[in-house]
Amino acid sequence: MLLETHGLTASYGQFRALFGVDIAVAAGECVAVIGANGAGKSTLMRSITGVIRNQAGMVLHRGEPIGALTSADIMKRGIAMVPEGRRLFPSLTVEENLLIGGQARKAQGPWNLDTVYDLFPILRERRKNPGTALSGGQQQMVAIGRGLMSNPELLLCDEISLGLAPVVIRDIYAALPKIRASGAAIVLVEQDIGKALSVADRVYCMMEGRVTLTAKAAAVSRQEIHAAYFGEAA
Amino acid sequence: MYRLTTRTRAGTATAVAMLVLVVAGVMLPAFASRSVIQDLFFILTMLTLAQLWNLLAGYGGLVSVGQQAFVGIGAYAMFAGVILLGWDPVWAIPLGGLAALLLAVPTAFFAFRLQGAYFAIGTWVIAEVTRLLVAQWKALGGGTGTSLPREATRNIIGTDAIQALFGVRDAAARDILAYWLALVLVVLATAGIYWLLRSRLGLALAAVRDNVDAAQSVGVDAAKLKWAVFLIAAAATGLTGALIFMQTARISPDAAFAVTDWTAYVIFIVVIGGIGTIEGPILGVLVFYMLRSVLADYGSWYLMTLGVLAIVIMLFAPTGLWGLISARSGLHLFPVRRRLTGAKIEGGT
Amino acid sequence: MIWIDTIVQGILLGGLYALFAAGLSLVFGIMRLVNLAHGDLIVFAAYLILVGVQLLGLSPWVAVLIAMPLMFGFGWLLQTVVLNRVLGKDILPPLLVTFGLSVTLQNGLLEGFSADSQRIPAGTLEGASLDLGLVTVGVMPLLTFLSAVAAILTLNALFYHTALGRSFRATSDDAVAAGLMGIEPKRIFAIATGIAMVVVTLAALYLGMRANFDPSIGPARLIYAFEAVIIGGLGSLWGTLAGGIIVGVAQTVGAAVNPEWQILAGHIAFLAVMLLKPRGLFPRAVD
Repeated sequence: MLLETHGLTASYGQFRALFGVDIAVAAGECVAVIGANGAGKSTLMRSITGVIRNQAGMVLHRGEPIGALTSADIMKRGIAMVPEGRRLFPSLTVEENLLIGGQARKAQGPWNLDTVYDLFPILRERRKNPGTALSGGQQQMVAIGRGLMSNPELLLCDEISLGLAPVVIRDIYAALPKIRASGAAIVLVEQDIGKALSVADRVYCMMEGRVTLTAKAAAVSRQEIHAAYFGEAA
Repeated sequence: MYRLTTRTRAGTATAVAMLVLVVAGVMLPAFASRSVIQDLFFILTMLTLAQLWNLLAGYGGLVSVGQQAFVGIGAYAMFAGVILLGWDPVWAIPLGGLAALLLAVPTAFFAFRLQGAYFAIGTWVIAEVTRLLVAQWKALGGGTGTSLPREATRNIIGTDAIQALFGVRDAAARDILAYWLALVLVVLATAGIYWLLRSRLGLALAAVRDNVDAAQSVGVDAAKLKWAVFLIAAAATGLTGALIFMQTARISPDAAFAVTDWTAYVIFIVVIGGIGTIEGPILGVLVFYMLRSVLADYGSWYLMTLGVLAIVIMLFAPTGLWGLISARSGLHLFPVRRRLTGAKIEGGT
Repeated sequence: MIWIDTIVQGILLGGLYALFAAGLSLVFGIMRLVNLAHGDLIVFAAYLILVGVQLLGLSPWVAVLIAMPLMFGFGWLLQTVVLNRVLGKDILPPLLVTFGLSVTLQNGLLEGFSADSQRIPAGTLEGASLDLGLVTVGVMPLLTFLSAVAAILTLNALFYHTALGRSFRATSDDAVAAGLMGIEPKRIFAIATGIAMVVVTLAALYLGMRANFDPSIGPARLIYAFEAVIIGGLGSLWGTLAGGIIVGVAQTVGAAVNPEWQILAGHIAFLAVMLLKPRGLFPRAVD
């Protein structure tokens, strides 16, 4: 397995946000993690990338535990994150934001400034602008491009459609198959179930810090998802 | 059935012990030698300054490195009262508090414009400016300073009675008077801070310290609170400065505005003892005095030791010595935390 | 004529203050840390150069080149071992630790070198001056000013045109997100403090060659540096140079009126700017 978590448990102070979460992602796979606000999806991403320390359980990358590593070391192993809220660096231009994504990890792969600009052509026009001077959708493109610049084995995308107009979401989602085709596995954290299922191979549904459903995206029924998402029968 | 209280058994015991200590302290000059009285004067005034700085930094979040401004201006105002107005030194001490209060207004006005850590250096700049301005005050000796005139120090109110009571000479009587005043000041400062922290103001301070935005959303005016704490601490620091220099009877800008004596030592006392507690400065001043006695002959090694000790404590025990003791024993001699008392709460969700 | 001379001397003095301030500004910009020992570190570096000159018989220009990497290492260690542990939301621990460091350094130097005034010998440069027609300027002050400009140009180039500078700015913006980009914020902080110490060493060279110094003068240098940074506005090194020049000119003009007013005039200028422009003359950063 490319990435596995076993019994992952995490808290913010007194508030426990994850209760023994098990997920697995194979190389090249696209996995969706869906769930309502506060279900623990983003916390799961933060635990995997070392932004918060998990209290119990393990995170394994290619079978090796990475739970004690810093965010930087985890990233250098090839796990890139497109964080919730995009978090572009305001002092950096669009191009610098992209460059910094590929600065720490030197890996062979299809992604570089040119190919990212081919993926999102609008960014080439805006490359001298400050990253935060762009529209929300364009900022999201920068954030995804920044994640790709290190040619990661796994790209974690946290809420990439949040707060964006449907047209813009469509453009961004149109890029995902191209990213998959380049060989990277993707974890897609989403509240938009339809969007997530349209591209994912498998889906995990979370509720109140637990995984309530694990299924193949093609085979899962609306009722199953509804039950796992809201915790009640449809 | 439930009551919010800050009372604990240790707190009550402390109150009794303090009362005994204060009574013993008042009677001490009957038994103790002059050098003991002088040492105690030093300890008590340093403790007062430490409690006040702790109020600022530990409770108010205002890390000032310029408290020497208020010590100095307080001392100089007292000298001005004696030399220029012909007042009795004791009556001139409140003048020191007033002068410090007046200086605190423009100081706060400037320093509060500086965000976070820059506030610290801002207060330092104001202290430097005050020192340089006072050094231009030729009537009080300019840069070289001056002494209290003999006729003023000889006739300080109450010293005749003390001479008669303890059968001591003029200079020793002045030390005893200064010591008593220091005792009054330290009790007032400690009790005042204790009362302040248990009052609504203390609750508001704790709220601001935990979360400024949340506190403001429930109606705590953080800016007004900062002003209040800063002005109170400044005025009391000015009184202390006036008293310290009444005892030495000699002043100079460098001595009165010394960052080492009135701020560095004070910060070390609070940090070593435990910042953000009333017990901390008390413990800190005792450690400070002991170190001073042991290392007095080693000059700069003494300050180096204090500096390193403060760094080590901030790194490994940021709550200070009292924090370590309190965490082990659960002891709070000056309880300021509100606890719910009454019957056991049952059930729950 | 005398006024033009006074102002030119003040501008050149401002270069020295900008050198004092550049390291302070750099460290604050990247990690929001105010180092209260900054002035004492300048004095410490001056003694380090002095040791090279007196004990090893080096020229000051060679001694400073040796002192720079040493000070870089010292800054790197200081950040890694001490300061990284206390950085956080609470501003109290780093302030108190650097204050403790300030007192420790001062008294350590006092123990090692006594309170006697020292000076780094500058050889023939010491009294040399240059006739510019309208005014005559000392070679040493001119060199100081040019060094300040060169230091700022270099730092800006580093900041805006290198991968390291990119990491500095990114970490300053958002340390957590920088971590997700494979940048170790603590390592970046250590390098930044190291670089600040290199600038400090350069400042120390001119401090020591232009005038006498002793272990007690650090805090005053910290204050001048601080004033230059605040007057210029946080986050702009050219602003810091402007701030240094304003403090320098105020001091020389004050001294021309009355020698006792030199330092006071600098502080008054600072307070005046604070009154009129609380965020400094060229504000950029929003903290």
